Amino acid sequence: MAHLSDSLLFAAVVVYALAMLGFAGDQATRRARRVLAEPALRAAPSRVLAGAGGPPLTEPAVSPAPSREKGWAGSLALGLTALGWLIHLGSVVTRGIAADRLPWGNMYEFSCTAALVAVTGFLVLVARGKVDRGLGAFVMLPVVLYLGLAGTVLYTKVGPLVPALNSYWIKIHVAAAVTASGAFLLSGVIALLYLVRSRFDERTVAGSAIRFPVSLGRALPAAASLDRSAYVVIAFAFPVWTFAIIAGGIWAEAAWGRYWGWDPKETWSFITWVLYAGYLHARATAGWKGRKAAWVAVAAAVALIIDYYVVNIFVVGLHSYA
Amino acid sequence: MTTTPEIDDAAVRLSTAPEPVGPLRSRQLLAPLRRTWRQLTSMRTALQLLFLLALGAIPGGFLPQRSLNPVRVNEYKAQHPGLAPWLDRLSLFDVFAAPWFAAVYLLLFVSLAGCLVPRIRLHARALRKPPPQAPGTLTRLPVSGSWETDASVEEVLEAARRALRSGRWRAVRRGNAVSAEKGYLRETGNLIFHVSLVVLLVGIAVGAFYGFKGTVLVKEGTGFANAVLNFDDIHPGRRFTEGSLVPLHFTLDDFRATYGEDGKARTFDAKVRFAPNADAPLRPYDIRVNHPLHVGAAKVYLLGHGYAPRVVVRDVDGTVAFDQTVPCLPQDTKFVSNCTIKVPDTRGQQIAFDGVFTPTTVQDPATGRVTSTHPAAQSPALTVVGFRGDLGIDAGVPGSVYTLDRRRLTPIDSGKAHLLATGQSWQLPGGGSITFVDTTEWATFQVTQDPGKGIALLASCGIVLGLCLSLFIRRRRLWVRAVPAGDGTGTPRTVVEVGGLARTDPDTFAAEFEELTGRLREKIPPREADKE
Repeated sequence: MAHLSDSLLFAAVVVYALAMLGFAGDQATRRARRVLAEPALRAAPSRVLAGAGGPPLTEPAVSPAPSREKGWAGSLALGLTALGWLIHLGSVVTRGIAADRLPWGNMYEFSCTAALVAVTGFLVLVARGKVDRGLGAFVMLPVVLYLGLAGTVLYTKVGPLVPALNSYWIKIHVAAAVTASGAFLLSGVIALLYLVRSRFDERTVAGSAIRFPVSLGRALPAAASLDRSAYVVIAFAFPVWTFAIIAGGIWAEAAWGRYWGWDPKETWSFITWVLYAGYLHARATAGWKGRKAAWVAVAAAVALIIDYYVVNIFVVGLHSYA
Repeated sequence: MTTTPEIDDAAVRLSTAPEPVGPLRSRQLLAPLRRTWRQLTSMRTALQLLFLLALGAIPGGFLPQRSLNPVRVNEYKAQHPGLAPWLDRLSLFDVFAAPWFAAVYLLLFVSLAGCLVPRIRLHARALRKPPPQAPGTLTRLPVSGSWETDASVEEVLEAARRALRSGRWRAVRRGNAVSAEKGYLRETGNLIFHVSLVVLLVGIAVGAFYGFKGTVLVKEGTGFANAVLNFDDIHPGRRFTEGSLVPLHFTLDDFRATYGEDGKARTFDAKVRFAPNADAPLRPYDIRVNHPLHVGAAKVYLLGHGYAPRVVVRDVDGTVAFDQTVPCLPQDTKFVSNCTIKVPDTRGQQIAFDGVFTPTTVQDPATGRVTSTHPAAQSPALTVVGFRGDLGIDAGVPGSVYTLDRRRLTPIDSGKAHLLATGQSWQLPGGGSITFVDTTEWATFQVTQDPGKGIALLASCGIVLGLCLSLFIRRRRLWVRAVPAGDGTGTPRTVVEVGGLARTDPDTFAAEFEELTGRLREKIPPREADKE
């Protein structure tokens, strides 16, 4: 069963990589079509709903319709992503069966599940029309790299848990943490893409030279829609993360005799939480909207990565399990 | 970007967020104070404090912290003799107790409170007040529609009010329009969230002031009574009084750890018998990881464990001078443990031993070095070096039971180490002997009382509830206006105008608006001529 899980993960990575190529091909054909149809680029318009003091109600115009043209390459890529998702799900499930517990016991398993959540989030958002599938290549690339790293560097053989992890709170605490992490990672990617796109728009309007990586902006959905997508994902993940921290506190209270003790993992979860809280406030504060807020979202995602990987590998603390 | 003057009024403000600081007209003396207060309570300052808080916590996430692991702080100081004193001066080894960290979070909470109080007042008023008057031109709102009907103005407004009310909107007639609003819970949730944060801080403070934490090592077959003096290590809160300790006591009957082939621990299990007070009968309980013992306000946790070999030391004349289990402190994951045996009551010189206990013993045949290959006691051995002389414990100077003061001790047998398997003895040169009888275990327990815990848990529930409400509920307003049209002859004609506004998620609101206007059109049917 453990072997099956490993093979399935490998297959999922391959299918995701193919999907990524498909998305990239879709971008290329779409761009070609767009260039033929409409060479001029519009700066993303936005309109003001009202502004009698307080945070002005600037509402990004619902994007210059995330071009709903359906190229065959894009549909194929989306299908491949869905197929990869199924295989990925299979890998996580068989891993759980092999270990006879929920597959969240070490860094390898956590990473695989977090990536599954990220892909699930992406597929759901595309299906509900909240995210343009043109984002696919940019989402699949980090997913493939992430899973590749998880499968090689972090790989751990199936084994039972250390006693402290043997609690039903693991199901609650880690389920929430893995869900929030997956979503936060997705939002981090989208926020980065927003930064690229908004820089691209700015340079286009100013007529200045556009070099890599800003030139990637041409293939991206409108800045306003990226900003919205990042917000939607974070607004979903933030309460989940909050709950994960609280559940962790309840668990810590049962396992270690205190609900909070500034263990390195707790400290970094706190930093991540504060940064995302900062993002949510920044997005509603004049002078912080847009790019500054997006940088906060990126910084928060970095804190999350430190929280999980750097703390586990380099810092000694109570959470050093893997 | 242009602002539409018609809708630029109070009606379309969907938030009770504070308005930006305006020009000050207060008296000269209070002006600077007021300015400081407004600045502190502004969102921008709160944001900066929030980021400062995150930034300040970073050293606590990377540097060893005294509250967690003082040993590692000392190691770090030894490794970085130049840098460490500076870090220490900045309290970077005690970040979360540092004055500057407290300054940041206290300022943040003051800023929060300063922002919250007026918002609570505003929201309470908004909850009582009817939704605001319709703005001038409804068709300029983000979503709008209009149609003509044969119904009178009165009929239109009444029908609209009823339809909205049944959709759980708060709807009132205001002049020639119905004003409706929904989603007040968004702001309610927002306020619950922020108030809960303050309550959480209170809970933490109560725990820090009135709480207690103590750890104690208990050997198998011995007991512990909950009193401050009996602990090895205590962390009482500043306002903690001994009288609030729960009068529990317990005996450790058996401690058992199980391990996998790889030497990783599987289970820890401490079988105790406990009583909540001196008069109560003893009851059995298994204290395990994740399974503490609750007695009243106190909880007893299993923290750690180790081996306590039973050692018998005989005097020169063969009488037993020492017969005890000696707790040894584990040094690594295979439980190579250091033991100190002090035998003060002898006929001649006092005797002492420095020992190393190894649960699964392997001796390198070449070097004679003894190590352990597994944490379970599969082939336990005690390797000892003996000393004779003065232990220095009669001088009245307190010394640790875990270290030997070797200043007035001379090694026996030139300090040669002797390996004893279970049951083996070493006949000391010059008389006397030491016997490793068998192996018992010890466990460390932590007794905790945190009276702020319940408050913190309640606050946490408030935080999650408030967050969900404030992030997932959308606040939106809707107006229906009826304007008489036509020349006043024949059947009355009325123009129905509908407009709506949502601050968040306009896509979803647009769909909701479509559905709502559809329902309104059923109640207020358009004129035959207008029907497509």
